[in-house]
Amino acid sequence: MTATTAASAAYIVAGLLFILSLAGLSRHESAKSGNGFGIAGMALALAATVVLASLSISAVGSGLLIVAVVIGAAIGLWRARRVEMTGMPELIAILHSFVGLAAVLVGWNGYLSVEANAAEQTEVAGNLLGIHSAEVVIGVFIGAVTFTGSIVAFLKLSGRIKSNPLMLPAHNALNLGALVAFAVLTVVFVVEPNLLVLAAVTLIALALGWHLVASIGGGDMPVVVSMLNSYSGWAAAASGFLLGNDLLIITGALVGSSGAYLSYIMCKAMNRSFISVIAGGFGNEGSVADDRDYGEHTEISAEDTADLLREASSVVITPGYGMAVAQAQGAVAELTRKLRAKDIDVRFGIHPVAGRLPGHMNVLLAEAKVPYDIVLEMDEINDDLADTDVVLVIGANDTVNPAATEDPSSPIAGMPVLKVWEAEHVVVFKRSMSTGYAGVQNPLFFRDNSRMLFGDARERVEDILRAL
Amino acid sequence: MRIGVPRETRARETRVAATPTTVAKLLALGYDVVIETGAGVSASFPDEDYASAGATIGTADDAWQADVVLRVNAPSPDEIPRLRDGATLVSLVSPALNPELVEALAARPITVLAMDAVPRISRAQSLDVLSSMANIAGYRAVIEAAHTFGRFFTGQVTAAGKVPPAKVLVAGAGVAGLAAIGAASSLGAIVRATDVRPEVAEQVASLGGEYVAVPAGEVEVSSDGYAREMSEDFNRRAAQMYAEQAQDVDIIVTTALIPGRPAPRLITEEMVASMRSGSVIVDMAAAQGGNVAGSVPDEIVVTGNGVSIIGYTDLPGRLPAQASQLYGQNVVSLLTLMTPEKDGRLVLDFDDVVQRAMTVVRAGEKTWPPPPVQVSAAPTPVVAAPAEPVPHKAPPPPSRRFAVVGIGAALLFLITAFSPNELIQHFTVFALAVVVGFYVIGHVHHALHTPLMSVTNAISGIIVVGALLQIGHDEPLVTALAFVAILLASINVFGGFAVTRRMLGMFTRTH
Repeated sequence: MTATTAASAAYIVAGLLFILSLAGLSRHESAKSGNGFGIAGMALALAATVVLASLSISAVGSGLLIVAVVIGAAIGLWRARRVEMTGMPELIAILHSFVGLAAVLVGWNGYLSVEANAAEQTEVAGNLLGIHSAEVVIGVFIGAVTFTGSIVAFLKLSGRIKSNPLMLPAHNALNLGALVAFAVLTVVFVVEPNLLVLAAVTLIALALGWHLVASIGGGDMPVVVSMLNSYSGWAAAASGFLLGNDLLIITGALVGSSGAYLSYIMCKAMNRSFISVIAGGFGNEGSVADDRDYGEHTEISAEDTADLLREASSVVITPGYGMAVAQAQGAVAELTRKLRAKDIDVRFGIHPVAGRLPGHMNVLLAEAKVPYDIVLEMDEINDDLADTDVVLVIGANDTVNPAATEDPSSPIAGMPVLKVWEAEHVVVFKRSMSTGYAGVQNPLFFRDNSRMLFGDARERVEDILRAL
Repeated sequence: MRIGVPRETRARETRVAATPTTVAKLLALGYDVVIETGAGVSASFPDEDYASAGATIGTADDAWQADVVLRVNAPSPDEIPRLRDGATLVSLVSPALNPELVEALAARPITVLAMDAVPRISRAQSLDVLSSMANIAGYRAVIEAAHTFGRFFTGQVTAAGKVPPAKVLVAGAGVAGLAAIGAASSLGAIVRATDVRPEVAEQVASLGGEYVAVPAGEVEVSSDGYAREMSEDFNRRAAQMYAEQAQDVDIIVTTALIPGRPAPRLITEEMVASMRSGSVIVDMAAAQGGNVAGSVPDEIVVTGNGVSIIGYTDLPGRLPAQASQLYGQNVVSLLTLMTPEKDGRLVLDFDDVVQRAMTVVRAGEKTWPPPPVQVSAAPTPVVAAPAEPVPHKAPPPPSRRFAVVGIGAALLFLITAFSPNELIQHFTVFALAVVVGFYVIGHVHHALHTPLMSVTNAISGIIVVGALLQIGHDEPLVTALAFVAILLASINVFGGFAVTRRMLGMFTRTH
C-alpha cells in the first residue's frame, strides 16, 4: 500500500458515502443520517488529500493550505449559523458561485502549471497534452458560467437587482453565438495554448452566465437555483477530468445529474419547458398586457376571518413567497397550534414552486415547528380542497390562479395550481391588488367565495390570533 | 274542458291518477274534474274528500266521456271504445312493449300521451313518472325484503348476544337502486351497490352505500341516460363480481332494466344456490323477464336452499296513497305545461320536445316512436372535450426515444473509441456516476428539496480536493490562486453541511 493507492481507496469510499448521503436525503426518516454520511465522506476525502498533498509540498505550502481551510470553514460555519431561513435561497445561490469560481481558478492553475511551461512540466505526457488543454477550457467555461449565473441569481433573490427578465434583442442569438465562440476558441487553444485565448473564453463564459440568468424572471427562480446547483456539479466533474481525479468526477457527476433531475421535476410542476429554462428564457415571450374587467373584490377584516376560522372544521393554508417576505411563518405556526387545539383540522398545501427555492416553504414551516406530516404537497391536497371550509392563501398568487386551468390564453395556462377556489371560503392575505411574478391578474380575488385581507401578512395573522 | 278520472280496472291496481290534492291543482288550471265513484278507495281517498276538493263524483261513463281522461294504466281493449271522439288520454302506455295497444288506440280519433315516455331532460323531471314510481319501488323493495328476512338489518349488541348487521347488495344505481340504498342503509344494514356506470359511485356513497366496481372495463354511457347492453367481456367480469358478492350478502335487490328489451340476467341459479339459507332476493325487473334466475312475477319463490326470491311487479302500488300522490302530481305538471293560458284549454305543442316525445297518438294518427332526444345525463362529445388543455404533452413515441438513446450511444462510442486509455477510464466512472445521481434522488420527498440542494452544494465543494493538489508547488501564482480556491470551496463544504444540519433539525413530526 502506497500513499497514492491509500488515497485512491479513500476516494472510492468517499464517493460511496456521497451516494448514500444523497439517497438518505430523499426521505425524512433518513435525512439526518444522510447528512452524516456526507460529512463523513467529505472528511475522509479531505484527510486523504491533505496527507497526499503534504507529502510532496513545502512546509509553507502546507501552512497555507491549513490557513485557507480554516478561514473558509470559519466563514462557512458563521454564515450557516446566522442565516435566516427566509434567506436560504440567497445563501445557496452565493455558495454555488464559490464552486464556480473555484473551478475557474483550478482550470487556470491547470493551464499555468502545464501548458504555460510546456517545456519543463512533467505532469502530463506529451501525447495527452491536447486533451489536457481541452479539459482546461471546458472546466473554466462551465465554472465561469456557474459563477456569474449564481451571482446574478443571488442579486435577484436578495432584491439587489430587479427580478424582471432581461430582454435583450436577439438574446437567443447571443447565447448561441457565445457557444459557437466557445467551441472555436477551444479548438484554437488545443492547437496553440496561450493565455489570451483562455482569458477570452473566461470572459465569454462570464458574460454568458450573467445573461442566461438575467433573462429568467423571478418566478422561475426555484428552477434556476436548482439548475445552478447542477452546473456547479458539472464544473467539479470537469475539474476532475482535468486533474485525472476520479473522486471529483464521481461527485461532480452525482451532483450534476441529480441537480438536473431536480430541475426537471420543478419544470414539470410549473409546466415549463426544461430546455427553455436551461437555455435562459428561450422562447419566453414576456407577459401580455391585460385590461380585462374581473369585477369587484371584497375585503374582510381580521376579526371576521377569526370568526370564519372558529366556525370551520377544516382549514387549509397555502403559503407563498409573501409569507417568507413578511416573516410570517412563526405567527402562522402559532395560528395552526391554536386552531388544532380547538380540534380544527389544519393542513398546509404546498405548491412545488412556492417560494424562491425548491422546498422553501417546507423549510420555513419546519423552522416555525409546524409538524411535517400536516404539510402536504399539491397533489396530495388538491382533491380535498373542495371539502374544505376555509382556505387561507398567505402571500401566494400565481400558484393559486384559476386562470391556469380555466383560461387557455393565460400566460400561465396549463401550470398545475392549487384549486383553492373550490373551497367554501377563501381568504387571501395580500399587500395590494398587484400581480404576482408571472405578471398575470388572478381571477381568484374576484370570486364570490373569496375575501381579501390586505396588509402585512405577519401583522394580519397576529391580528387574527388576538381575535381568537 | 272537463277532466275525467275513471276507476282502475287492472287486477291488483291500487293507484289512482288524481288525489284530492291534485284535483285542487287541476281546478286551478281552469278544468272541471269528474271522478268515477270509488276510484280512490284502494288508495285511501274516499269520494267525500274528492268532493270537498271541488270534484264532481260521477259514474264510469261520466268519467270516460270527459275531454281529458287521466288513468294510471292504459285502457283495456273493451275500454278503448268508451273514450269519446277527440278525447285526450293520459296514462302509462309502454308503447315500445305494447305495439298492439298503440295500434288499437290509433284506430280511434283520439290523442294519447304516454306518461312513461317522458324524455330524460332536466326540464321534464317534474313529469317523469318512471322516476317517481322507481323511487317508491326501491323503497318498498327493501321493506319487502326486510319483511321476509328473518333477522335485524342493523347490528346490535344486546344482553342476549351480538347481532351482526345485514349485508345488502343493490344491483343498478338508478332511481330505484338509489332509493333502495337509502332505505336499506337507514335501516342500519351494510349496503353495497353496483352499476355499469362508474360515475354513480359518488351518488351511492352519498346515500350511505359502498360502490362495488366491476373490475376494469370500458365505460359505457348511452346518449339517452339509460344503461345499454354491455359487451361480452364486461358481462363475464360482472358475473364473477356478482358471484363473489352473492356468497357474502344476505339481501340482493336487482333493479337492472334496459328500455325496450328484456331485463339482463344478473344473478344465475348457481349464484342463488351459493347464498345462505334465509337470504332474500328482490327482483324488481320480474315483469320484464327478471334479473334473477327463477324469479316469478308477482310471487315469492323459495328455493331448495331456503333463499326467497320476491318477484312483485306492483311495488309502487303497495304504497298506494304515496304512489297516487306522486303520479297525480306528475300529471298536474304535464297539464300545467299543456295549459299555457291556465284557462282550462289543453294545447298540444308539437315543437316542444317533451310533449312531442310523450305523444303516442295524435288525433288518430300514430306518432310513435318520436325523434330521439339528446339529453344532458351523459355529456355530449362536444362538451366532453373542452378546449384542448395545453399542459399534457403526449410522451414521445418509443421510436423517437430509441433514436435519441441511439444517437447518444453512438456519440459516446465515437468519443470514447478515439480517446487515450486514461480518459476512457475517467469516462466510465463519469457515465456511471451520472446514472447513479439520476436514480438516487428519484423519489425525493418534496419537503426535502432545499436540504437536498444544500447538501449537494456542500458535496460539490469537493472541488477543494483539486485545489489542494495544486497548492504549494513552485509557481507562486498557482499557489495564490489555489489558496483562494481552497478558501472558497471550504466555505461551501463547511457552510453547506452546517446549514443542512440546522434545517434538518427543524423538521419534526406531530407528537
